[in-house]
Amino acid sequence: MSADHLDWLRREGRILIVGASLAGLRAAETLRAEGFTGELTLIGDEPYEPYDRPPLSKSVLLGMASPHHTELPHRWEVDAKWRLGIPASGLDLAAKRVRLADGDEVPYDRLLIATGVRARPWPKEDEARLSGVCVLRTRDDAADLYQRLKAGPRRVFVIGAGFAGSEIASACREMGLAVTVAERAGAPLVGALGGVVGAVAADLQTESGVDLRTHVTVTALEGDSVGRVRAVHLSDESVVEADVVVVSLGSQRNTDWLAGSGLGAGPNGIACDAGCRAFDFRGIVTDDVFVAGDVARSPHALFGYQFLSLEHWGNAVAQAETAAHNMICHGADRRPHLWMPAFWSSMFGVNIKSVGVPPMGDQLMITQGSPAERRFVGVYGYQGRVIAAVSFDSARWLEFYARQIERGAPFPVEFPTMDRRPEGRQPVAADFPDPSLPTHGPTVTLTGYSPADQQLVFHPALH
Amino acid sequence: MTQAPLFQQITDFANRADPYPLYEELRKNPVLHEEEGGPYVFSSYYDIEALLHDPRISSDAANLAAAGTDTLAQAEETGGLPPSFLRLDPPEHDRLRRIANSAFGPPHRPRRVENMRGDMAAIVTELIDGFGDARQIDLVDRFAYPFPVTVICRLLGVPREDEPRFRAWVDPLVASLDPETRQGADAEFTKAAQEARMQLGMYLSGLVEERAREPRDDLLSDLVNSRGPDGAMTMMEVLSTAVLLLIAGHETTVNLITNGMLTLLRHPAILQRLRQDPGLSVNIVEELLRYEPPVQIVPQRTCITDIEVRGVTIPKGSRLWLVLAAGNRDPERFKDPERFDPDRGDIQHLGFGSGIHSCFGAPLARLETQIALSELARRLENPRLVEDPPPYRQNAVLRGPRHLEIAFDALR
Repeated sequence: MSADHLDWLRREGRILIVGASLAGLRAAETLRAEGFTGELTLIGDEPYEPYDRPPLSKSVLLGMASPHHTELPHRWEVDAKWRLGIPASGLDLAAKRVRLADGDEVPYDRLLIATGVRARPWPKEDEARLSGVCVLRTRDDAADLYQRLKAGPRRVFVIGAGFAGSEIASACREMGLAVTVAERAGAPLVGALGGVVGAVAADLQTESGVDLRTHVTVTALEGDSVGRVRAVHLSDESVVEADVVVVSLGSQRNTDWLAGSGLGAGPNGIACDAGCRAFDFRGIVTDDVFVAGDVARSPHALFGYQFLSLEHWGNAVAQAETAAHNMICHGADRRPHLWMPAFWSSMFGVNIKSVGVPPMGDQLMITQGSPAERRFVGVYGYQGRVIAAVSFDSARWLEFYARQIERGAPFPVEFPTMDRRPEGRQPVAADFPDPSLPTHGPTVTLTGYSPADQQLVFHPALH
Repeated sequence: MTQAPLFQQITDFANRADPYPLYEELRKNPVLHEEEGGPYVFSSYYDIEALLHDPRISSDAANLAAAGTDTLAQAEETGGLPPSFLRLDPPEHDRLRRIANSAFGPPHRPRRVENMRGDMAAIVTELIDGFGDARQIDLVDRFAYPFPVTVICRLLGVPREDEPRFRAWVDPLVASLDPETRQGADAEFTKAAQEARMQLGMYLSGLVEERAREPRDDLLSDLVNSRGPDGAMTMMEVLSTAVLLLIAGHETTVNLITNGMLTLLRHPAILQRLRQDPGLSVNIVEELLRYEPPVQIVPQRTCITDIEVRGVTIPKGSRLWLVLAAGNRDPERFKDPERFDPDRGDIQHLGFGSGIHSCFGAPLARLETQIALSELARRLENPRLVEDPPPYRQNAVLRGPRHLEIAFDALR
């Protein structure tokens, strides 16, 4: 692109951001902070200004924060046209236009897609419509669930023991509510952290009074005569009575609206290069379409150039800033998005944090502390390298392990560390479930497309 | 003429008033080891940050290859009290710090510090009113020392009138933290420090016994009566924690307040802004912790295995010096680092350390200094330095002026 064209773009071009949440807002702020003075438009499907989601499954459920007051602080003044409450419904790559659900079309010179993910709903629609069956992703979801919990249900049933499901169960226990959690795998958090650490999470839950059911699936939700949920049927043929059911089966990436657009978008996200430029379905990088946040899927040098989708708060911020920077700069000034994946959660009084990509690891070593005491650091290894680490109530050490991952430090971890226990001297299998089995949505999606998604008819070497 | 090793120049009192040119020298050789058996000195922000989070780095003097030569460790070992959590590693450190924290901060005592705001403001007002008709005062003696001492006494539950007694014990203990005096320590000096620590422990044990019988709303009561998931502290652990909090709870804040006023008087435009906007004190204190931190050096670390930093192998058991104040002005980390700039958006200083030993009392020190500086700015009419630089304390680790004479036209 010529310097003249770039100057014109920065001065009076039209930039459209689809997705008005964390990534969209941070991108808009970055564009303005870096001197973009053209026309900026943000499209959001929710009728709200961008808000923060982590409190929704924690302090909001406990009534310590209002779901209506988790707006994200604006770091810069964003002079933008906001079109909230209207989802995007289509993209015409050739004409550079985004179609909206209300029929309007918005032209752009540069497009940023930051449409994120949504909660995966209960698959049986009639059951999902029962009163008392909830999901938790949006502010409205949180307000609704909070009201239901505050009303003092006799039992809450949580389907899926990932991070969100476990946090909800934790909030229920803190409120003194009876709660049952059902998980397809053998323990909570196994998709994200593996079975060894999952077993620690399982102990935490049962000791806190959660009725935890593992190796089961929910077969049906049963309603009463007026359409309220009253019981949950499980694959082991047991039935649990509950008047609130939270479906916490992970998330789906918001890419449906891009079907047929020609963009490399599918259920695992939108493929892009390390500079956040989207690929089309032929694997050719686009020049004017960028992606950031939960919906993006980009290669990472530290993790074998694996295409990663990360549902991490920090990733959304960093990727949005990189995307925005790259959107208005020359090729040589573009930056790669090489964020160190980092994720935290809080449940049953324990702070859990991870760095790197635990599900890539096949082995685990407890290098500090002890799982029995719920206070430890575990290090994940993959092909002789440190690939990730997790901490329970020991987050202050993780920076060290992040540097180990960056350096490709050898695994097993041979050097002594403070508070190394005998059981941490040998690696064990991290015990991740078979990746080909469905899970309720890990916070990291590792794989590329399933072959069934292939849209390109393969004709090699036809010139 | 041979130049003394850089690390000795830092502890040399002659350089106390302005050690920053030496720190700049240090950063040219970020992993400095000048003498066989001497410390490995670290001065780069990123190296220090990394070492403070490194699980191979120990705070326990027992892991030093030459532990027998560490007079401070000796003082702690033979002074009758076990080492405080400051000098312990996990898991003991974690257990003691958790119990102490349950008496001090969230989630168990979420507003303990914030609830002292009114008390603090009243103490500050009383001290400033106490300047009376004087138009020149020593800010250290009249304000920067009595303020945090009164606060920590009130927080712990130590009668204020006993302050002169424990000051006589605290001074030799703080002096023993100084690497300079430690290197030249003779038996008498070591004995004095041990003696002081024991006396202070005995004094506090009397109070602790009272609180065990009759708890009040103070930190000593909470420490001695704590029955959380980590169990209780032993009596000896309560005492060594109380000694730690008492010393760390005021020696550092005295210096932070004094360094703060000195810096503001050297930057009158910022002092003027603070006078008009007390809210600026939040940023000013953070920038102070970067620019003139009271704890300049962490000299109490060693490695439990050989480690490599920037290609240099540091042998197991070596003494490490983390020069926080040098890292705080590292141009690799901070733009224009030698400038005092409270408008800096990006201040992640090392003033409170980092990692598991990061300053326990940080919330208290922050609030005290914010209130102290904004009130001084508001009430002193046309304040100015009488002597610049002022006379400094001996200590290179806990650095600050011994006296700070300031003149002003009137009190408001």
